Amino acid sequence: MGNVKRRHAAVERGVCVACGSCEDVCPRGAVKVMKGSYAAVDISLCIGCGRCEMVCPAGAVTMEVAE
Amino acid sequence: MKPIQPIKKRWYHYLWIWSVFYFAMGFFNIIFAWLGLISFFLPFVFAIGFGTKDFCNKYCDRGQLLRVLGGQVGFSTGRLMPSWLRSSWFRYGFLTFFMSMFGQMLYTTYLVSAGAKELSEAVTLFWSIRVPWEWAYTAGSVEPWQAQFAFGLYSLMLTSAIIGILLMLLFKPRSWCAVCPMGTMTQMICKVRNNNE
Repeated sequence: MGNVKRRHAAVERGVCVACGSCEDVCPRGAVKVMKGSYAAVDISLCIGCGRCEMVCPAGAVTMEVAE
Repeated sequence: MKPIQPIKKRWYHYLWIWSVFYFAMGFFNIIFAWLGLISFFLPFVFAIGFGTKDFCNKYCDRGQLLRVLGGQVGFSTGRLMPSWLRSSWFRYGFLTFFMSMFGQMLYTTYLVSAGAKELSEAVTLFWSIRVPWEWAYTAGSVEPWQAQFAFGLYSLMLTSAIIGILLMLLFKPRSWCAVCPMGTMTQMICKVRNNNE
């Protein structure tokens, strides 16, 4: 059997403006703004729905595939 | 844009009402524009006092208004802003410009208080377009400098709201947040404050 590929969100810290849009729409509470500086994703909770990517005004969130 | 709503509705999702209320009150009586100082000071209280951007994340009435109009009602195209608008140099450049204009507004208020300048009963949009607004001020109701500050602050708030709405219509709902001077300043404060811990 091959490895199962999972989609999850990833945040580029240097681009993130910490507006919190992503945190507001995450259905699993997987993304949080850390210390007012950047958003961070807990990939163990992320279901890869892409809502955070859709609302991010800075283009800091991208979807990645992990095995 | 396909409507995207918050997962759980919280009380602060309704703070957009304050934005509407603020501009409506200033339309009828410009002295209410002073209440805009709340939106200037609260972000600093959260950033300096608690080291968070909770104001931007939750309690910003402007952010909630743009989220509702763009993300909930669906007025936004949902496109990502061009990269130059999201760049650091634009963000910090806009902050510098915005603060210069804020400083100029304070200087005008000082000139009026010193009697060196007449009170201008007008709202200035985009720092250049003078819009008569004399119905919103009754001469003698407050000191001229207090009225001048109110006209200046209302001009700044209305101009930034219009820019935010234009960005919301053209791009993602909260595109304004990527260039917002208050957001830029509070993020800088949070980074410095939390690095020093």
